Amino acid sequence: MTQEAYGGQKTQEGKIPAAFMQEGPIEEKADKEKTKNKFLELDRYIDIYTKEPGQLIIILKKAQDIFGYLSEQVQAYIAEKTSTPVSEVNGVVTFYSFFLTEPQGKYTLDLCTGTACYIKGAQELMEILKDSLQIDAGETTPDNLFTINTTRCIGACGLAPIVIVNGNVHGNTSPDEIKKIIRKCRKGEEIADKNH
Amino acid sequence: MQIKTIDGLNIVKEKYLPLVKQRLGHSNGIGISQVMVCSGTSCISGESQDVRRELERELERRNLQNSVQVIKTGCFGFCQHGPIVMIHPGEHFYCRVKPQDVKKLVETHLVNSQVVEELQYQNKSEKVNNIEDIHFFKAQKRIVLQNCGVIDPEEIGEYIARDGYYALADIILNKKPAEIIDRIKKSGLRGRGGAGFPTGRKWEMAAMQEANPKYILCNADEGDPGAFMDRSILEGDPHSILEAMTVAGYCIGAAQGYIYIRAEYPVAVERLEIAIDQAREYGLLGKNLFDADFDFDIDLRFGAGAFVCGEETALLHSVMGQRGEPHPRPPYPAQEGLWGKPTLISNVETYANVPVILRRGWEWYSGQGSATSKGSKVFSLAGKINNTGLIEVPMGTSLRTIIFDIGGGIANGKNFKAVQTGGPSGGCIPAKYLDLPIDYESLKEIGSMMGSGGMIVMDEDNCMVDIARFYVEFTQDESCGRCTPCRVGTKRLLEILKRITEGKGEMEDLELLEELAYDIRDASLCGLGQTAPNPVISTLRYFRGEYVAHIRDKICPAGVCKALLDYTIDEAKCAACGLCVKACAAGAISGAKGEPYRIDPDKCIRCAACVAKCPKDAISKGIRKEAANIAERGVQPGAGSREERAAL
Repeated sequence: MTQEAYGGQKTQEGKIPAAFMQEGPIEEKADKEKTKNKFLELDRYIDIYTKEPGQLIIILKKAQDIFGYLSEQVQAYIAEKTSTPVSEVNGVVTFYSFFLTEPQGKYTLDLCTGTACYIKGAQELMEILKDSLQIDAGETTPDNLFTINTTRCIGACGLAPIVIVNGNVHGNTSPDEIKKIIRKCRKGEEIADKNH
Repeated sequence: MQIKTIDGLNIVKEKYLPLVKQRLGHSNGIGISQVMVCSGTSCISGESQDVRRELERELERRNLQNSVQVIKTGCFGFCQHGPIVMIHPGEHFYCRVKPQDVKKLVETHLVNSQVVEELQYQNKSEKVNNIEDIHFFKAQKRIVLQNCGVIDPEEIGEYIARDGYYALADIILNKKPAEIIDRIKKSGLRGRGGAGFPTGRKWEMAAMQEANPKYILCNADEGDPGAFMDRSILEGDPHSILEAMTVAGYCIGAAQGYIYIRAEYPVAVERLEIAIDQAREYGLLGKNLFDADFDFDIDLRFGAGAFVCGEETALLHSVMGQRGEPHPRPPYPAQEGLWGKPTLISNVETYANVPVILRRGWEWYSGQGSATSKGSKVFSLAGKINNTGLIEVPMGTSLRTIIFDIGGGIANGKNFKAVQTGGPSGGCIPAKYLDLPIDYESLKEIGSMMGSGGMIVMDEDNCMVDIARFYVEFTQDESCGRCTPCRVGTKRLLEILKRITEGKGEMEDLELLEELAYDIRDASLCGLGQTAPNPVISTLRYFRGEYVAHIRDKICPAGVCKALLDYTIDEAKCAACGLCVKACAAGAISGAKGEPYRIDPDKCIRCAACVAKCPKDAISKGIRKEAANIAERGVQPGAGSREERAAL
């Protein structure tokens, strides 16, 4: 039996391995600073959680909170910091549906695919979503505005069918309502653009 | 404050008892009103927290904050009618309370002592004021859920006021572990996670192991879609789980417990974190509990969305931060679990029963329920039913009572078709078994299982072949891939079912389905694979007629399977605008401007593109014409007996 995410080498405060800062498109200086801060924040969690064995999942979760998704870069970083083979980190990331390996759109639309929602027409909602956004489940629109995901039952079956928009639960969603949600999100984007 | 003695508990209890007593219907003249706002996930989604904040603001505005207390509480179970607000004294029950109703509620009820009629629950035509008079609650017996909706789950004192932690104190101060294990055994408590293994025997097995350290693990990975019992218990009464786990730790000799909880339940996680912190602060978790030589602490571990992790060996791997793949048993987790050490794994609801048994005695508990299944069972009712929500009934209650009495029958006046219990591992139960008393054994006999307690009701508009396909798609997706029968078998099973729903099935497929289903059941490594074919086996058994209709007659009697539907244009409505012709990729629509269009069923690929484009809503889908004739001849959904099929 392997023991992972345990006994990782002590991370040095403020020191991010250079390899992790170089990859990707050429960034603005401010962005680079931001990325560095994100890694520093992750470091703090790694320090806390490597004190106990078996905490890889929670570290990944925190990393996803910080970065929005788990890029190969971030996975490799966590593997190095926790002295876990990167294959094992990737194995865990790909096993659990909670972990995302692609960047998400500005609005993530999670459609509950639990039985209660299915029976009450979640499938129809999914088709409307796919149709009006022209993407499949798990994909993001080219303008990075919408991502459609499916989620397993969130346990609010009394309100089926359910759509979760950026973490906010919409219950008893009708086909009309989901179209309205999309329209609203689109408008929200336009307003935000005008404010720029 | 650290509680070390029974007297310590008494001090806390005295402080909180008057408030709690009032909520239980005692009019003890404490001179204040209490407004209970349901703060379960379902009501929170319906803005109950906005209602709560608005209430607090409004009370402050009227300077009533000293005479009226607003309290967050756990799930009442009446989720269909949420957000729920209950006002004490008087147990006034209000449903569907929105933030904009708050002003009126405060003005009318709390200031003028009058009932707000429009927020009352309406049973057909009569308004119901009191919770006791609502049929949904009347037919229930709340044992495990006794604190849900009564106490504030974020206040340990209220749990103590309900005699919480007294059992733990008594056991640590006065009892031997063997004595307690014996009581649990005698109570007849069985695992509520699905399989129904006797809990006492599990404890005994773990206690017998000599290896150290040992671990207590609580399975709160409620992955079964459509089930939310565990979530509601954790949100409404988290301390009962902590107390039970500590008792279990004392009995088997463990010092560390873990609760493995889904990431999809943020509210439950928050409540548990608060509860654990409070218990530590009161000295009810930590070192030397009640000054005895016994340490126990509990930490949370998070699942990340994998159904298979509800299986105990897979869960062990996940708690250790690995891929949640199961391994063969034996060794059982009670022998070799976390980090190779003895580990006691039970489900949330199982633990929730433990304090009740210890408080009220095993004699009382074993008198509840049916001959082989003791106590009560919490079910989450969902699907096409009037009152979706959380209910608790004694074991041995009939499905009819649950669905038609408590659940209020089928929504929109439709007919009942089937009820699915046990989630993706269970089966679909047809109408003829509605009067069967349900317990572990009876459900197994009719091809379903208790499972964790999800109950999805289906009406005549649900296609059973499609439901089977839905479940197999779920298990196929969630299959971890470790063993071949499950990984490949469910894939093939799904392919056949898809073929049938698309109208491309052959009659031989039915035998193939059955053979494959039994092979997967017999050869899979863990519970997921072994039970994955259950939805197929049970629908084949009870709704064979529907499969036959799909395969031979190419119709879907319920009108669900798209490929088997016909699209027709209502000539009276058609404006002959020609938009549908442009939308049709298959060139199946013909006609000319000025006269109604027609769809050629042989060319139509049933994509429904024309339906979306039609400005007059003139295109409708329906089951094929032959369907009417066949229906007349007697093949009804679910009527799958041999004679009826022969008559065709």
